[in-house]
Amino acid sequence: MDGETWISLAYIVASVCFILGLKGLTHPRTAVAGNLLGAIGMAVAILATLMHPSLKSHPQGYALVASGFLAGGVAGAIAALKVHMTAMPQMVALFNGFGGAASTLVAGVELMSHQPIIQGIDPTVLSGFLAGVIGAVTFWGSLLAFAKLQEYPAFRKPWSYPFQQPLNALLAAVVLVLIIRGLMAPLQVGIFWLSVILASVLGLTLVNPIGGADMPVVIALLNSYSGLAACATGFVLRNAVLIIAGSLVGASGLILTAIMCRAMNRSLWHVLFGVLGPGEDTPTEDQVYGGKVKSASAEELALLFDGARRVVIVPGYGMAVSQAQFAVRDLMNLLESRGIHVEFAIHPVAGRMPGHMNVLLAEAEIPYEKLKELDDVNPTMAETDVAIVLGANDVVNPLARTDPKSPIAGMPIVEVDKAKTVIVVKRSLSPGFAGIPNPLFAAPNCLMFFADGKKAILDLIGALKE
Amino acid sequence: METAAFLMQAGSSSVYQEAVGAGGQTATSAIIGLPLMAAVTIFVLAMFVGFEIITKIPPTLHTPLMSGSNAISGITLVGAILAAGAGEGTLVQVLGLAAVALAMINVVGGFLVTHRMLGMFRRKK
Repeated sequence: MDGETWISLAYIVASVCFILGLKGLTHPRTAVAGNLLGAIGMAVAILATLMHPSLKSHPQGYALVASGFLAGGVAGAIAALKVHMTAMPQMVALFNGFGGAASTLVAGVELMSHQPIIQGIDPTVLSGFLAGVIGAVTFWGSLLAFAKLQEYPAFRKPWSYPFQQPLNALLAAVVLVLIIRGLMAPLQVGIFWLSVILASVLGLTLVNPIGGADMPVVIALLNSYSGLAACATGFVLRNAVLIIAGSLVGASGLILTAIMCRAMNRSLWHVLFGVLGPGEDTPTEDQVYGGKVKSASAEELALLFDGARRVVIVPGYGMAVSQAQFAVRDLMNLLESRGIHVEFAIHPVAGRMPGHMNVLLAEAEIPYEKLKELDDVNPTMAETDVAIVLGANDVVNPLARTDPKSPIAGMPIVEVDKAKTVIVVKRSLSPGFAGIPNPLFAAPNCLMFFADGKKAILDLIGALKE
Repeated sequence: METAAFLMQAGSSSVYQEAVGAGGQTATSAIIGLPLMAAVTIFVLAMFVGFEIITKIPPTLHTPLMSGSNAISGITLVGAILAAGAGEGTLVQVLGLAAVALAMINVVGGFLVTHRMLGMFRRKK
């Protein structure tokens, strides 16, 4: 067998490692090994590529590649080791973006040295344009998502300018025209770069209006795009490992996007282009809350746990913001030492990325068996003595079930209102991302505890110990 | 595995010979390039494999799935290495170098951060 056959074989080994590595992620026990297998696959693919004959004829090329490895490797390692678990959504967004940018650059370089087929549509040129455009949308969209999640002051609110959606449509149409023009011989690389620039603007304008609870959808979608960009690059290079790995990631991101959309009972189209606002007949805050909201102190709340047998904790983004996961763990341990059964109800869109709450609770060493999905926890709500809602709002709003005109109508929720008593830890009565009041707060079985999440849990622990 | 068997075939040297003869390939792809239809077949099958596996991953691992699959999408590094290492001309080399560095951040950062997270899931009292 010649050298190139060995390289192709190594790519197959790498592809199998990626597939089995992802399979390892189907259970927490095998997940670490799965991730390592993925990394091994990547190492195999990299080593095989370094053996490529076209590199061997360019001795200075190795120096270039090595310096790129060093710079990227050090930067990536520092970022990965330093990041806080609460900042994971923006970290993943940033990494997504870098992958997308790399695919754009590779596609550009390949097209610059490409000899097109004279007649008909050249599939390599088409894939190159797709890789460039998708990669650019991924990069700039991810950078903006990062800035929003990092809560830089300039990005707290979307930039507002007129005709946002028509402008997006126009940009997309122009990019499409450029791709079609680019397919006509002779190949002009300038058109490629122009389409990349316009796609970059599109990446920014598409992500601009999206925020808050819709962020998990965007992150998942950008995740998918970074894979699809790599896949398109694979079509440019006609390289199996790029196509396989890119498709796996593309499929993964698409599935997560679909799960997130279903968890909000909204279509992807609505998340990306729809403006979520209060419905016409939505009751005002005064009508819902007027005189019916009861607040309580930590000491009063501590009494609720006397004789309680089952407690469900519902974490939301507020837990991440106040870094309350360790205090929550201590509360869980204290309650369990008194023979109370404690579980966590995790809504799929709680937090800012899929699985965000699970990672934070895992960081606090809360066993994953205690984290329950909606379908498992909702049937047990009626037997729950105390439900503690920690920094969550829309995902526990019973309007989703009762008011078909509500903007969140039909969204699956954690049915804490069915518990005997509900404690809502929240800083104020301000509405969640959906912008509607929550009748749960005015329910007879609900007590509000107005405080920062972490402080509230610590106070509650203190009161319980007295 | 059927997929693996198919890939063995697709990656074999006889297919590669056809690809070289097919023309219309870029400088670097001409060496390991697959014929278009083989590439499309691999793409479709890989998408199915992806859907099959990913739907079985529990929600509790969705964040590590994102960061881990994110690291895998850094596979574009393979293209970046070829661009930087075998490219002619300063512009191509500069773009290639940038691509290598960006993809490497993606790969190293992605796998490391996933490893950190998963370590937390494994920890038991």
